[in-house]
Amino acid sequence: MKEIYLDNNATTKVDEAVFEEMRPYFCELYGNPSSMHFFGGQVQKKVDEARSRVAALLGADPSEIIFTACGTESDNTAIRSAIEVFPNRRHIITTRVEHPAVLTLCRNLTKHGYRVTELNVDGAGRLDLDELRKVVDEDTAIVSIMYANNETGVVFPIEEIGQIVKEKGALFHTDAVQAVGKIPLNMASSTIDMLALSGHKLHAPKGIGALYLRKGVPFRPFMVGGHQEKSRRAGTEATSSVIALGKACELAGQHLDDENTRVKGMRDRLERELMAIIPASRINGGGAERLPNTLSIAFEFVEGEAILLLLSEKGICASSGSACTSGSLEPSHVLRAMGVPFTCAHGSIRFSLSRFTTDEEINAVIKELPPIIQRLREISPFGRELLKKQ
Amino acid sequence: MWDYTDKVKEHFLNPRNVGDIADADAVGEVGSLACGDALKLFIKLDDNKERIVDAKFQTFGCGSAIASSSALTEMIKGKTLDEALGVTNQEIADFLGGLPEEKMHCSVMGQEALEVAIAKYRGGPLPVHHDHGHDQEQEGEIVCKCFGLTDGFLKKVIAQNRLHTAEQVTHFTKAGGACGGCIPKIKELIAEVLGEQKQDAPKRPEKLTNLRKMQLIQEVLENEIRPQLWSDGGDLELIDIAGATVQIAFRKACAGCASSGYTAKFVEQKLRDLVSDDIVVEEVQQ
Repeated sequence: MKEIYLDNNATTKVDEAVFEEMRPYFCELYGNPSSMHFFGGQVQKKVDEARSRVAALLGADPSEIIFTACGTESDNTAIRSAIEVFPNRRHIITTRVEHPAVLTLCRNLTKHGYRVTELNVDGAGRLDLDELRKVVDEDTAIVSIMYANNETGVVFPIEEIGQIVKEKGALFHTDAVQAVGKIPLNMASSTIDMLALSGHKLHAPKGIGALYLRKGVPFRPFMVGGHQEKSRRAGTEATSSVIALGKACELAGQHLDDENTRVKGMRDRLERELMAIIPASRINGGGAERLPNTLSIAFEFVEGEAILLLLSEKGICASSGSACTSGSLEPSHVLRAMGVPFTCAHGSIRFSLSRFTTDEEINAVIKELPPIIQRLREISPFGRELLKKQ
Repeated sequence: MWDYTDKVKEHFLNPRNVGDIADADAVGEVGSLACGDALKLFIKLDDNKERIVDAKFQTFGCGSAIASSSALTEMIKGKTLDEALGVTNQEIADFLGGLPEEKMHCSVMGQEALEVAIAKYRGGPLPVHHDHGHDQEQEGEIVCKCFGLTDGFLKKVIAQNRLHTAEQVTHFTKAGGACGGCIPKIKELIAEVLGEQKQDAPKRPEKLTNLRKMQLIQEVLENEIRPQLWSDGGDLELIDIAGATVQIAFRKACAGCASSGYTAKFVEQKLRDLVSDDIVVEEVQQ
């Protein structure tokens, strides 16, 4: 059985060109980039090239890129730095639909005396900017709002948000883990102070991320020790992964058009056809601007884990907003924040495509999923009632 | 990814007895859309109304909920009603070769549906479970507001399955799995049930020097009590220890909290359980 991988918002395959680029830096070119000798120096040059490649994708200056271990570390670094920079500001603003990398940290900070405001979203997953205007004040140290939501793909109006934040002198951080490589970004003309990205979401390996830090923005390092990354992140660089991230960013830049045309076209077709075939289904975040690769679709009266297991039997890998797959017992906090009814939230499935997704794979989902939903509805007491009405 | 046994997978992929029985003698419904799982169980008895000759189900839920329902229907066929009532959730899980602990509530749901069906048939009072019941009168105090679970129900599951931690109770019943606000109360229920069972009496040293007693008080405060207060945004500080009197001051959310007296009692009980019977906790303002 060949796998059909449509869970790219969870992680992506490493592009073979990326792997080839990093391969020599394990057993052959294994020098420490901080070493003075030529053997380390050649690695340093490659790290510098990687930094430039990441910066190019973001429209940033290479000096504004700090390599980290992951998106979570980048998010934590940004937020913890801001509250250290502004010791007298005790307010943090974020949203109810953030990734746990931000949300858990902010909630933990309330135990240390910080006031945290979590902004609401509407039924389509959109932020209420008036609410932001009302709550941001001179006590706000940092506003941390994701660029695009990992579950629904809803994209927030980041520049508009940044303008509001800047008026109050707070720092503005965005978790752009899902956005980088999927939509064009340009830090040179942006209001963003700090931006987090993660390698494994854009065809680099797991365990590498980066933090964009705008020049001139005050900063306190999270990791201290040696002088790596200009003393902004201590610890020997994971050079092969850094090099991989650089190559992945270069390739992502080359594929941006493809992501927004061909990949988006496949996503739209999948969405259109499933909605046409399967009754009592809805698109989560359907009324908002969304990432080109993400489809969160809810099927009433069936439960997400059961759908995923049956899809898995057909070789199809997706994800679910269902409680039963998450270890938690409430359905996805994102779908609940959007007010998605329980009837739908439990039966939500996320398909996330990549540039390696093919039309044949989409065809397979369109063929296999409708009978799975039908079968589970025949087992479900609520689904049976629905089927009787049809 | 959940680690299901082959038998769970088999019963999920090929569930037995899906459907309904038009002239069922008993029907038990538990669960709701809000809970994320629900089960409707149909039972047909023989002509003497003694033995179950057929059982069918409809389930809204995850893979293990469907597998547990399928297993239940297979297990109760041929049994008398009393024999069927003796089927425990653990036996349902065992029939399937085990369930992940996080999924044990699926087997509990099967047991509940059976109890409801038989109670309805016999015309007696309906068993109290939790919001799994659509038309039951709730009895007992609601402990978990998110899932509508009563103390009576939780104590029963704790006792039957010999649960020792709040996390286990969540896996078996869902209680505490959403907002987590009821976890301290769940811990109290566990302590109560364990006390009733006279099991797992708190391990407390028999003789303590003054120095060791003071050390132990500090350890219990740091390791057992403060983490619980932190989870509610509160905290406490140890001010002094004089003989058996422990002076504490509440901090953060606990300071000025209307129920700080209750919290002080909780601290005292914990110290008595884990250090010494004679401990008295005094709250001081500092």
